[in-house]
Amino acid sequence: MNDMASDMASDMASISAEIPQYDLLVVGAGPAGLAAATRAAGLGLVTALIDEQPAPGGQIYRAVGSTPVQDRNILGADYWHGLELLEPFARSGARYLSSATVWSINRREPQAGGQPAGFEVAYSVSKGGEEPQASLLHCRHIILATGAQERPFPIPGWTLPGVITAGAGQILLKTSGVVPEGRTVLAGGGPLLYLLAYQYLNAGVKLDAILETTASSQWLQALPHAWSFLRSPYLGKGLTLMRAVRNAVPIVSGVTALEALAGANGQLAEVRYTAGGQSRSMAVDQLLLHQGVVPNTNLSRAVGAEHAWNDLQDCWEPVVDAWGATSVPQLSIAGDGAGIAGAMAAEHRGRIAAVHVAAALGRIDTAARDREAAPHQAALARATRGREFLEVLYRPATQFRRPVGDTIVCRCEEATAEQVRHAARIGCQGPNQMKAFLRCGMGPCQGRFCGLTVTELIADEQQRHPRDVGYYRLRFPTKPVTLGEIATLPQTPASREAVVRFKK
Amino acid sequence: MFRRLDAPVVQAAGRTVRVIVDGVALECREGDSVAAALFAAGVQACRDTAVSGAARGPFCMMGVCYDCLVRIDGRPNQQACMTPVRDGMTVQRQLGAREVAV
Amino acid sequence: MGNASTPSQHPTFDVAVVGGGLVGSAVAYGLRGSVSSIAVLDEGDVALRASRGNFGLVWLQSKGYGMGAYSRWTLGSVRLWPQLAAKLLAETGIDVALEQKGGLTPLMGDYEIEARLAWVNKLMSQPGVEPYEWKLLDHHQAASLVPGLGPDVTGAIWTPHDGIVNPLKLLRAFHVAFSQSDVRYLPHHGVTAITQLSDGDFVLDTPKGSVRARKIVLAAGLRNGELGRMVGTHLPMAPQRGQILVLERTRRLLDTPMVTLRQNDEGSWLVGDSQEDAGYADHVTTLPILATLADRAVRTLPALREVRAVRAWSALRVRAQDGFPVYEQSASHPGAFLVTCHSGVTLAATHAMTLAPMIAAGALAPELDTFSTRRFHVQKT
Repeated sequence: MNDMASDMASDMASISAEIPQYDLLVVGAGPAGLAAATRAAGLGLVTALIDEQPAPGGQIYRAVGSTPVQDRNILGADYWHGLELLEPFARSGARYLSSATVWSINRREPQAGGQPAGFEVAYSVSKGGEEPQASLLHCRHIILATGAQERPFPIPGWTLPGVITAGAGQILLKTSGVVPEGRTVLAGGGPLLYLLAYQYLNAGVKLDAILETTASSQWLQALPHAWSFLRSPYLGKGLTLMRAVRNAVPIVSGVTALEALAGANGQLAEVRYTAGGQSRSMAVDQLLLHQGVVPNTNLSRAVGAEHAWNDLQDCWEPVVDAWGATSVPQLSIAGDGAGIAGAMAAEHRGRIAAVHVAAALGRIDTAARDREAAPHQAALARATRGREFLEVLYRPATQFRRPVGDTIVCRCEEATAEQVRHAARIGCQGPNQMKAFLRCGMGPCQGRFCGLTVTELIADEQQRHPRDVGYYRLRFPTKPVTLGEIATLPQTPASREAVVRFKK
Repeated sequence: MFRRLDAPVVQAAGRTVRVIVDGVALECREGDSVAAALFAAGVQACRDTAVSGAARGPFCMMGVCYDCLVRIDGRPNQQACMTPVRDGMTVQRQLGAREVAV
Repeated sequence: MGNASTPSQHPTFDVAVVGGGLVGSAVAYGLRGSVSSIAVLDEGDVALRASRGNFGLVWLQSKGYGMGAYSRWTLGSVRLWPQLAAKLLAETGIDVALEQKGGLTPLMGDYEIEARLAWVNKLMSQPGVEPYEWKLLDHHQAASLVPGLGPDVTGAIWTPHDGIVNPLKLLRAFHVAFSQSDVRYLPHHGVTAITQLSDGDFVLDTPKGSVRARKIVLAAGLRNGELGRMVGTHLPMAPQRGQILVLERTRRLLDTPMVTLRQNDEGSWLVGDSQEDAGYADHVTTLPILATLADRAVRTLPALREVRAVRAWSALRVRAQDGFPVYEQSASHPGAFLVTCHSGVTLAATHAMTLAPMIAAGALAPELDTFSTRRFHVQKT
């Protein structure tokens, strides 16, 4: 080796020596991630928990350690349960990386000395006022616990200022005690919508209406699942909540069409809807939309895990086994990111995944793993009982998953439903060619708010099943990262040769 | 419009923080995201899109929609919902595509 | 496979183009008018698709080192490009955003300048090259074309002939043109076997049934080696991976594209590019390469440091073993044409306006002899 090459080799060795090494990296500090990291550390794994928010809790327990809404009746006992996850985590000895966004996961070459290969993870840390910094870490196993996001709800005008998601409303309430005033309408369906309404009522917020888009026919469809629901933990809470909400807020059921309209200032001024064959209009200041949540699959797709279409929930899910293991060796997924099942189920799945990893890394044997996991598996079964009923009942109606006309489908690039449909009609074979034609999926959200809709529209126009249509091919970076940050990461002689090719 | 819940429902435990939004001073609470501070101050639109110039505001509040982009302390295209407020911070509407400061 | 006996749903086409990317589409586009019925057979949504992973350069200055005729062929296409852009706009309403304002190869330091200068001089002195205007610029001259050019860029090779186009709009324009005319676009028709019948017609087997055509054009990118064998042609392929970083939209700053950094009509930036031997692994991007790409870009234009990368691409260049195009009519299967190249964007104009008429007429012009696969046989002996 000449001097330059051996210098670079020792540079690389010293950079490698400085990169933190973990047995397990858990991505996401919601219930699944907190429970997984706590259990893993408890079993002796060198564990790090990384999360993009400044404080743990994910979205469901957002700000549970710092919320100004200290009257516990407002947010409710289910929310405050989140505190019970924070303290054990803080004591667990796991490393906590906050305000840190994972944007790349790559397999490492097998190391000398027979060590398993594992992963190199790149992430960005953004602390107030400073330039973001890219960092690397190495780990032998990963548990993704990145949870869920709001399902896209593409109605005409959904991009207007004044329209936010119900989840956004909840976050404003939890993190800052900020609530809507003026004329406020909630629209859509799903347990979270009613939960938010309930929390608002407890906080003294006046709601003008809830526009329910749940088709009445869904009740019949859901009926076969009713027995499990009746025996589930959801029944009691659900009934109390619904009764309170229905008593206090005007409900319009069977809404089949919904539109948000702008006023003179270009912001939301009016909501128009159709129910019972009649069209009506309401002047509004805020519209909060919600039609369920879907798994956040950007990281799991970019890392190459196999995904399947969930026909009951009309969304993609990573394929996982009972331990949370995916088709990617040493990579597991726990919580809503593996399939929507709620906060309690997420906790149990997090612990099950952690126990599996401990066995995979040889920390405990399989008998111990099975013993450890048993109570969590039983709890998981109890926590998921009755969910099918809710899933079928609140399955969004077709017209709200498959918009038409000028309705914006890709918020970032402003591609409309008709543009997507037209491209599908002239033979566009799938979401990736659609992306190439219309730029949908190329914006900073990386398809999070348009991907499902694009898949469904192609399916609609071409009479194909969404599972055959497929989804965007995603690659790292899974969140935007500055050029300057990428430039600070280690290069190699091979990478330089591949890029700078001038030779005398 | 949005408002803050007031005491006794809410414990105003956090410090008051002062940020300047499009030249106007605003009081908000430590722990607020810039987006929450904007909502509480009655601001719902924070940018004009690069594609069509349409007005947008924060939508998801959890960092995945990228509609809440604003200029923070002169730096363009920052997610307001992912940035905690800091005393003296300047926040400006993001007008279309960001510039490159050569 | 058994598909040969599946009756075709379509009548016999005059020409079937195998491959619906930029190369196949340009040829099919150019065949309209000379040929009555055309089919374009394409695979599914997730396939080895070079047309989605390119830089969008309409580029002359880096072409032809080792084959002077390739430089000349490229210059011809660059000159025809404005006509193609105008036709597409008139026919489809889609403006492919062609800009031919000149282009640069940025150079950092004396070693790079000397190496590149020697390289360009050698290229231009090869037989078969039609000389064209080019200059070595110093930092200040280059900086007048690139606002904010970094101090590390001490020189650049410039030619007025280089430019850019929006390759995604280009592909879309071709496909819209198909839908407006009699070109049948057939997705999910990946070709699994090719048979030539005694009357000279070809039968292409696909999962969706067979397609029959009097002539075929194989423009299937990386699959052309395999398909070429089915028509008795030996075409050694050597895919080469390239990774690209795409930056968010900014206000338009850069009008003069560089071979490694450019801003497109919509305001986003492309940072490239690597040349790697990675087999067919087009589904990964690798951090060290991205780091080198980013480092180089930040040295080229330091103000981009704070601009965010929104995605990274990894794609396989369609390369014959020596990196030069292949144009050939099969000797053993007359009527079967092979079209392979890795500059589907730059050459789109000549593919549509020069090559397609040759195919329609049934024979490639003698000037294309250098591009036949016979050159590989010569190398073997």
